[in-house]
Amino acid sequence: MNREPKGSGGAERRGLLASARLFFTDRDKLEPVMVTLLAAVFAIAAGVGLIFIVSKQPLQSVRNFLLGPVLRTYNFYYLLVVMVPLTFTGLAMCIIYSLKYMSLITDASFYFGAVVATAIGVHLTLPAGLHPLVAMLAAGTVGGLIGMLPAILRIKWRANELVSSLMLNYIFFFVGSFIILYFLRDRSQTILASLPFQKTFILPRLIPNTQLHVGIFIAAAFIVIVSLLLFRTRWGFEIRLTGANPKFAAYAGIPVATVALYAHFFAGFLGGLGGAVEMSGLYRAFIWQMDPSYAMDGVIVAMLARKNPKFVPVSAFFLAWMRVGADFMSRRGDVAFEFITLLQGSIILILASDKIVNSFKARRLRRAALRAEAAK
Amino acid sequence: MIEFITGVVTSSNYWFIVLRSTAPILLVTLGAVITEQAGIKNMALEGSMLWAALVGVIVSAATGNAWIGVLAGIGAAVAVALLLGYFSLKLDANQVLVGVALNLIATGGTVFVLFSLTGDKGISSSLASKVLPVIDIPWVRDIPWLGKVVSGQNIIVWFAVIAVVVVHTILNKATIGRRIRATGENLEAARAAGIAPDRIKFFTLVVSGILAGLAGCFLSMGYTSNFTSGIAAGRGYVANAAQVVAGGTAIGAIFASMLFGLTDALATFLQNIGLPPELIQALPYTVTIIGFIVVTLIRDRKEAIRKRKLFAKADAAGGPAADKDRR
Repeated sequence: MNREPKGSGGAERRGLLASARLFFTDRDKLEPVMVTLLAAVFAIAAGVGLIFIVSKQPLQSVRNFLLGPVLRTYNFYYLLVVMVPLTFTGLAMCIIYSLKYMSLITDASFYFGAVVATAIGVHLTLPAGLHPLVAMLAAGTVGGLIGMLPAILRIKWRANELVSSLMLNYIFFFVGSFIILYFLRDRSQTILASLPFQKTFILPRLIPNTQLHVGIFIAAAFIVIVSLLLFRTRWGFEIRLTGANPKFAAYAGIPVATVALYAHFFAGFLGGLGGAVEMSGLYRAFIWQMDPSYAMDGVIVAMLARKNPKFVPVSAFFLAWMRVGADFMSRRGDVAFEFITLLQGSIILILASDKIVNSFKARRLRRAALRAEAAK
Repeated sequence: MIEFITGVVTSSNYWFIVLRSTAPILLVTLGAVITEQAGIKNMALEGSMLWAALVGVIVSAATGNAWIGVLAGIGAAVAVALLLGYFSLKLDANQVLVGVALNLIATGGTVFVLFSLTGDKGISSSLASKVLPVIDIPWVRDIPWLGKVVSGQNIIVWFAVIAVVVVHTILNKATIGRRIRATGENLEAARAAGIAPDRIKFFTLVVSGILAGLAGCFLSMGYTSNFTSGIAAGRGYVANAAQVVAGGTAIGAIFASMLFGLTDALATFLQNIGLPPELIQALPYTVTIIGFIVVTLIRDRKEAIRKRKLFAKADAAGGPAADKDRR
């Protein structure tokens, strides 16, 4: 393979334009991105097809689904709000996938983080700035400890981390709702809800009459932090090396088990933090009747971002767009919101398939080989 | 409390429920065992069960025949298993991710289909679906304690018993069993011996699909008489943990799924005496994961001892194998 721009010249390749040119000429990098975009386009096209099958007023439903987030200003702000939890779980899954682990424990970290934050938000008395901060740190720490469990089981006894994380997700969900119901429940309410949060716990809203809250800045900050951590520090390098080749990493003197543990702590921390931010930013009391299952969305965000934290905002934006559009459509039509899981699942199926992701490259290599053969 | 529990576990009613709640888990665990033996982690069992439960209800309501519903449900479950095989074996996809994706599609997709057909997201009660028959056994029915336990069970419970025999025979008695294990243990060696590994893997996937299909149909057409959203309640995941506890045998699958069945049945009784239902609901999963951890721990110890012996032998011989693979 001849990739001519590489290696030649040095100074003129600096700068955004030049690096963009470099990107578009390096087909090894360009093609996976194209496949990712095609997967997204395919999912949307499949969604439109599905709407035409089930809906009685398909055109209106398609319009609401595709343009929902920009048809109402409120919807667009809501999209930004939805991005916040997707960003946190997406970042957590980026770390876990960089290690090549398959744990879905972020779900439990997120849910239990919200429970811990609720306990602090209801019962502790602290000054305004400090209150949510304490809750976030506590929720993050608890989430981190939960996040380590499947990793410990795998490292110590080689127990499959996906299976153990799924079991633990159920257990932590039931224990969490037990805590809400028996220690934090508001008995004056007929619906299932915790006692209201204290005023000091609630994060300020950025724009009045919308749900947009300060949490979006926290999410943005963590995108930067996780990018730097994964790609600019020794820790991140160790994580990526362990994921790429654990045996080689071990021979190179990297404490593979310790790396996996702190990476999982950090991923769980992000999950727990996400749960706390969601509570103090969006809600006035804990009102989740079911597990919101943001870990699954995190999987999709991380896969669309190709495990790179830098692209997490882009893929979280895309996924939030789909969710808000689907929500808007289902409220104003006859298509159930759940149809979105069909699209999300097909995105995972496409991006998980190496043969599909590498199809362009395979075709290019085959053609090059045929050409070389013909030239002989 | 202690008296209450001893009272419960000696009652025939308790054991009746144990058999009833073990049956679906046993069926899927057998499915997980047989694919695992061929080297496939079938994480899509949960999805298989969900689709089977929904399709069984819809088709039985449309045709008025429970058995046609079951056949259609099995078809749906097998289709999910084949999709897992197609993506992971033909398109080189990560098996676990494919399973996760298929489960996601099943969780939302079943609700989507149910809503599109009935306008209800939670339950299929507006469909006049059929239920599978229960088996009353003459003579046995009249035996004091035992009669109340084994007679009057749904036919699928007996299918689960038959499935144990079938899977045991496939794995141990038939040529196919040797081929399955060869494929699971060493793909290259199997190929060299003239086995087509992909064909074996697809065969085990079809079997696991049939078993998960039966289990799914039982949930919506016997255990309860409706499809409700998320009806599988993680039983497919439990099966993946129980498969490890089962240690790759059909007989082991009985014990592994009993572990879940015993606690699940106990949980239904404990709810009656005012214990918090949330904690009780967590109980079967907790017992499953404890069993899962204990078995992997024992397996790992055995492996370590075996390795140590091997290295001791190699050290004594002084051969080059002494330094290989030591960690």
